[in-house]
Amino acid sequence: MAAKRSWLLSAPALGVLIFAASGPLLIVLVYSFLKAGAYGGVVWEPSTEAWFKVFFQRDIFDDTLSFADAHLSIFWRSVRLSLLTTVLALALGFPTAYFIATRPAKSRNLWLFLITIPFWTNLLIRTFAIMEVIRNEGLINTTLLSLGLIDQPIQILFTDFAIALGMVYVYLPLMVLPLYAAMEKLDFRLVEAGYDLYANRFQVLKRVILPLVKPGIVAGSILVFVPSLGAYVTPRVLGGGKNLMLGNLIELQFGQGRNWPLGAALSITLLVIVMAALLLYVRTVTKEQHR
Amino acid sequence: MAGVKADPGRYRDTVPDTDVAAPAIAIDIRGVTKIFGSSESAVRALDAVDLGIRENEFFTLLGPSGCGKTTLLRLIAGFDHPNGGQIFLDGIDIAPLPPYRRPINTVFQNYALFPHMTVAGNIGFGLEMLGKPKAEVAERVDAMLRLVRMEALKDRRTSEISGGQQQRVALARALAPAPKVLLLDEPLSALDLKLRKEMQIELKRLQHETGITFVFVTHDQEEALTMSDRIAVMHDGHILQVGTPRDIYERPAERFVADFIGETNFLTGRAIEVGEGWATLELNGDRRVKAAVPDGFEPAGEVTVVVRPEHAVLADEGEQADLAGIIDNIIYVGTDSHVRVRLDDASLFTLRVQNVGADHAALDEGRRTGIRFRPGAARVLKD
Repeated sequence: MAAKRSWLLSAPALGVLIFAASGPLLIVLVYSFLKAGAYGGVVWEPSTEAWFKVFFQRDIFDDTLSFADAHLSIFWRSVRLSLLTTVLALALGFPTAYFIATRPAKSRNLWLFLITIPFWTNLLIRTFAIMEVIRNEGLINTTLLSLGLIDQPIQILFTDFAIALGMVYVYLPLMVLPLYAAMEKLDFRLVEAGYDLYANRFQVLKRVILPLVKPGIVAGSILVFVPSLGAYVTPRVLGGGKNLMLGNLIELQFGQGRNWPLGAALSITLLVIVMAALLLYVRTVTKEQHR
Repeated sequence: MAGVKADPGRYRDTVPDTDVAAPAIAIDIRGVTKIFGSSESAVRALDAVDLGIRENEFFTLLGPSGCGKTTLLRLIAGFDHPNGGQIFLDGIDIAPLPPYRRPINTVFQNYALFPHMTVAGNIGFGLEMLGKPKAEVAERVDAMLRLVRMEALKDRRTSEISGGQQQRVALARALAPAPKVLLLDEPLSALDLKLRKEMQIELKRLQHETGITFVFVTHDQEEALTMSDRIAVMHDGHILQVGTPRDIYERPAERFVADFIGETNFLTGRAIEVGEGWATLELNGDRRVKAAVPDGFEPAGEVTVVVRPEHAVLADEGEQADLAGIIDNIIYVGTDSHVRVRLDDASLFTLRVQNVGADHAALDEGRRTGIRFRPGAARVLKD
């Protein structure tokens, strides 16, 4: 009886998930095995052409087969930039979370509140704001120029670095919050016990703190890595259209490219990459824990 | 709290004079002050504390919560640093050193075992951090497991063992690096009574076998009396008295010490004649009593006198009594009866009478009785 009732409680959420997530996902999967319509959309004829195009390309003149370098380099850039973003967010978020967790209980909520302030403003506006800071005539370059430290503006905007910077900025709170949640539960007497048993600061961090806040690191990394991999707005604005990521490539197929099946196949590919990365990550982490 | 400054004669009456040379001092605490918080809300947790803890002794810091005993322990461990004063370990001032540079280990109140390591992993941690070779660590871990009788649970996780077992692991972990001093922060407070009694004996055994100086913090006076070689009674950031359990119990120097340790009766008297270490007092008018006086104290006028309940007896009919009153209340507690007498000045006096014979007839509520002190029972306090 009780079990039945608690199942009912989750029914609305399950309903939303089924209709808004599984349903569209199924449509995407089906579309990836259809033919592209001439002006977008799909033709209801089964085909593996889209999947073929994800990985391979045929030469226009002699029909020779080669890997789709453009796609593969975009996959690689997406994974590389997402990893970089995750590592940077961890490097910045860890000390931040530690700082907040070691504040007196009263002031912690204020710090957490400050962390969430960026969420109040639209992502697009924040991204354009970053652009204002890093573009050639932006805050950084004009300051450096007027100080005479550089003669030429440094090209920051429209580079991979700009994309990573933007993504770190956007996703940093998603790293800090789960890290904080794990550290708040950390018994700081264990840290003292570590110091007491001749571990220096680095050893305490490595042998006591890191193993104990690992769940927070895992959660934070997933929360940053997954949306980074599919990021669309940030690479579009800060990458300037030439440094594409997977999200932009997919958008391109549904828009200008008018190749919905290819877009659908690329979406599924993104999904598989995310799942493979998560599986690998979680397995490495848990294996170490059971050692 | 006058007279807490360094005064070599201060504890003279509590240190027994023997022919043996004074034992070496392991930890010498000089003028240590610890202030928490900023100027307005600052709390003086320790105020110019002087203390010498000897080698190989079981030393207890005893006091109510907030007296500064845990603060003092944390300063010795290195988790906090004093605002003033020095802490010498073997002649070196360790006060500015971080905890990992001190040959001192701690048994924490709730053990603070590493939950992500096994029992053996916990015990070996300190040695590993000291960079000892693996074989030596393994050997020492086994020796420690034998010492605390935990061999069978070597590979268990610390969450899979009982509170008493965790206690033993915490002890083994702190003893494994063979520290010069072992600090114990109320380590028995989380255990039930039976286990606590067992661990008290176990701790004494470990201290004896290892020869390491133990500094034990507790608010439990009975625990302190049972286990310690010497006790320092603390109150309000000061050390009031240092001595053996017998000194502290039988020869309290101040009101707080007398009140905190065991039960006692406080009386007011007037000093009539003062000698070397004794004084004749007038209690309640004409009755005169000879009482011991703490060293370096010159009683004059009104003074406070203490008498332990078991150091007084009901006077027989017609016998010369030191006090007189009416039996107010009798509580039978098995081996003893606690007899409360309302004295002529309306204050209450409690005696502990051993139930050895069938002479209960004399114990009637409402009956008038005299109270006689055993020789040396009365003691003058400094305050």
